[in-house]
Amino acid sequence: MLEVKDLHVTVEDKAILNGLNLTINAGEVHAIMGPNGAGKSTLSAVIAGKDGYEVTQGTILFEGQDIFEMEIEERARAGLLLGFQYPIEIPGVKNIYLLKAALNAQRAARGEGEIPAPEFMKLVREKSAEMKMDPSFLQRAVNEGFSGGEKKRNEILQMLVLQPKLAMLDEIDSGLDIDAMKVVASGVNSLRSADRAILLVTHYQRLLNHIEPDRVHVLVDGRIVKSGDKELALELEARGYDWVLEESAA
Amino acid sequence: MASEEMEQLVRREYKQGFVTDIESDTVPPGLDESTIAFISQKKGEPQWMLEWRLEAYHQWLKMTPPSWAHLEYPPIDYQAISYFSAPKKPEDRPQSLDEVDPKLLETYEKLGIPLHERAALAGVAVDAVFDSVSVTTTFKEKLHEAGVIFCSISEAIREYPELVRQYLGTVVPQADNYFAALNSAVFTDGSFVYVPEGVKCPMELSTYFRINAANTGQFERTLIVCDKQAQVSYLEGCTAPMRDENQLHAAVVELVALEDAYIKYSTVQNWYPGDEDGKGGIYNFVTKRGDCRGDRSRISWTQVETGSAITWKYPSCMLRGKESIGEFYSVAVTNGRQQADTGTKMIHIGEGTRSTIVAKGIAAGRSDQSYRGLVKIGPRAKGARNYTQCDSLLIGDQCGAHTFPYQEIGNSTATVEHEATTSKIADDQLFYCRARGIDEEDAVSMIVNGFCKDVFQELPMEFAVEAEALLNVTLEGSVG
Ligand SMILES: Nc1ncnc2c1ncn2[C@@H]1O[C@H](COP(=O)(O)OP(=O)(O)OP(=O)(O)O)[C@@H](O)[C@H]1O
Ligand SMILES: [Mg+2]
Repeated sequence: MLEVKDLHVTVEDKAILNGLNLTINAGEVHAIMGPNGAGKSTLSAVIAGKDGYEVTQGTILFEGQDIFEMEIEERARAGLLLGFQYPIEIPGVKNIYLLKAALNAQRAARGEGEIPAPEFMKLVREKSAEMKMDPSFLQRAVNEGFSGGEKKRNEILQMLVLQPKLAMLDEIDSGLDIDAMKVVASGVNSLRSADRAILLVTHYQRLLNHIEPDRVHVLVDGRIVKSGDKELALELEARGYDWVLEESAA
Repeated sequence: MASEEMEQLVRREYKQGFVTDIESDTVPPGLDESTIAFISQKKGEPQWMLEWRLEAYHQWLKMTPPSWAHLEYPPIDYQAISYFSAPKKPEDRPQSLDEVDPKLLETYEKLGIPLHERAALAGVAVDAVFDSVSVTTTFKEKLHEAGVIFCSISEAIREYPELVRQYLGTVVPQADNYFAALNSAVFTDGSFVYVPEGVKCPMELSTYFRINAANTGQFERTLIVCDKQAQVSYLEGCTAPMRDENQLHAAVVELVALEDAYIKYSTVQNWYPGDEDGKGGIYNFVTKRGDCRGDRSRISWTQVETGSAITWKYPSCMLRGKESIGEFYSVAVTNGRQQADTGTKMIHIGEGTRSTIVAKGIAAGRSDQSYRGLVKIGPRAKGARNYTQCDSLLIGDQCGAHTFPYQEIGNSTATVEHEATTSKIADDQLFYCRARGIDEEDAVSMIVNGFCKDVFQELPMEFAVEAEALLNVTLEGSVG
């Protein structure tokens, strides 16, 4: 589904990603871990198409398509969703309005008509209930005045409504209380299926207790230096990153 | 986003640029006493009116144009302007829409104002101003039943001279400022509204202004009087055809609210801003002032400004009556090379007076805009309160927004709050929306409309929708 090959990215002449390789197949859940500033958010931002990054080398294919030939919105409509580490506030724009515009944009790209209002209402009510979000959140401005945890749940709500093929969730667990973590995890798990894939960026093994990954990667200095199964996350939790660094330097 | 990309995107064409070809009978350019006498005579005015105009003219001769506004424009040659233009045979004015020049109706169609349908559907009385003379007035009867007078100012001067004489110039005196003085001398048309005591005007009143004859300055004069406990909501909307020469517009609007009266004045303004280099746009120098003369009276200005090459405009409230309320809600959008210097003045004179100012500025392209607000609390305004919020949104990095809040507090019991923000249309907000599949242009319009929400919700329902559409047209291509 996603194939990142030898990706080199610089920001303002500073090298951030240095030959990163990553392959995610349909049906899989991958987790990326790694120290602060390693380039995890950069990777997902580049995949989503954010401005300000210069790709100096490498390719990214999404379902066989060269992603660099697609606009940000085209990538989204093709089924790529980035769950933000820091979801932005958009004053005056209702949450439900954004959801509807997003869903209809994606439907239009698939040649489907706009979703009928009652159907849409039913859908968002259902999904907000799953996320244990009061329906009043739908009427509030996007993320405005939301608590940190509420913003994260709102990201997952969007994901549930949009049903992406590949969801990249950047530190979706940060700022969540224990109950919210479970709610978010069950939201993510409900998306798991043979034809979808999920990429989790996280610092904590905790999340991976709730969402069991097929693969775990360690990203250090802009490269994936070690990959393994879910046991690797446990090991990292216990031993930190130093040993991985030493091992990869050796 | 890269700035050259922005640059390219900020360009858009004025959608309502076309010219209707109706013969005008226009006086030759130039301004002296005989021009004024000509106008007064054409309008069939009484002697006192002519004298009032001449008085204003003499004051104007002694005045100099304001230079303090944050604007740049070449000096205007007032002798190159022709001060009167009217459809060929004013005495043969159509009595109903069927008699209206089909070309004019076509013009309205192009503007998206199918007058007949629209007026009926929206329950709006439309006093359409085409050039300088009112061509058609609808719903007269219904208003007449309620005792509301709604007609052109010229008609009012002829038909209700006592009322006009009692109130004209009492809010904006002849020599108030350079442009007001000029207007007082040469105004050709505009609207007059009188709502009698205790009457709530049964419908929204609306006037569409349109500048047409080339090289003709427009000097509208509007006077709205709400007697005790009366209420009215008035909407003014403007568009203009594409033109090569800058056109001067210097209107005066006076509002008078007596005890417990409420006047809501909404403007959606879409004048031709000029081409990419600012050539050919409208110069809009307007004096708008409301007088809360009676206790507990209330005047509310709501405006959406998207047009003009240059805008200079400060709708204001004189809060004289005890516990009277002044409000100003404004969205100003500038693009291309537009310049806008707008704002408001809230003058608290009476006890317990309150005012609210919400000003939203959106600058795109190479445009430049300033918000200038004065909150003045007089010594007798015990317990007066003001809340001001002004927010600017910049699209791209070649535009500018400036805020000049002035406060003069003459009473220690007053409360004045001011909040101001300037934000660049956040690339992050755009990215967020686009990463959800929403295309860039829709995302911009969504973010901008969200930004303006506090003001749009003050507009009468039908017009809020229009305002949103207008905003989208104005910013079309400003990103995307
Ligand atoms: N716009 C930018 N300008 C300069 N440096 C940047 C920019 N964006 C990212 N960087 C730098 O790139 C590096 C990688 O940042 P990134 O956000 O991808 O890290 P991360 O792995 O997500 O870290 P964290 O775990 O703290 O979220 C950091 O050193 C960061 O400072
Ligand atoms: Mg990060």
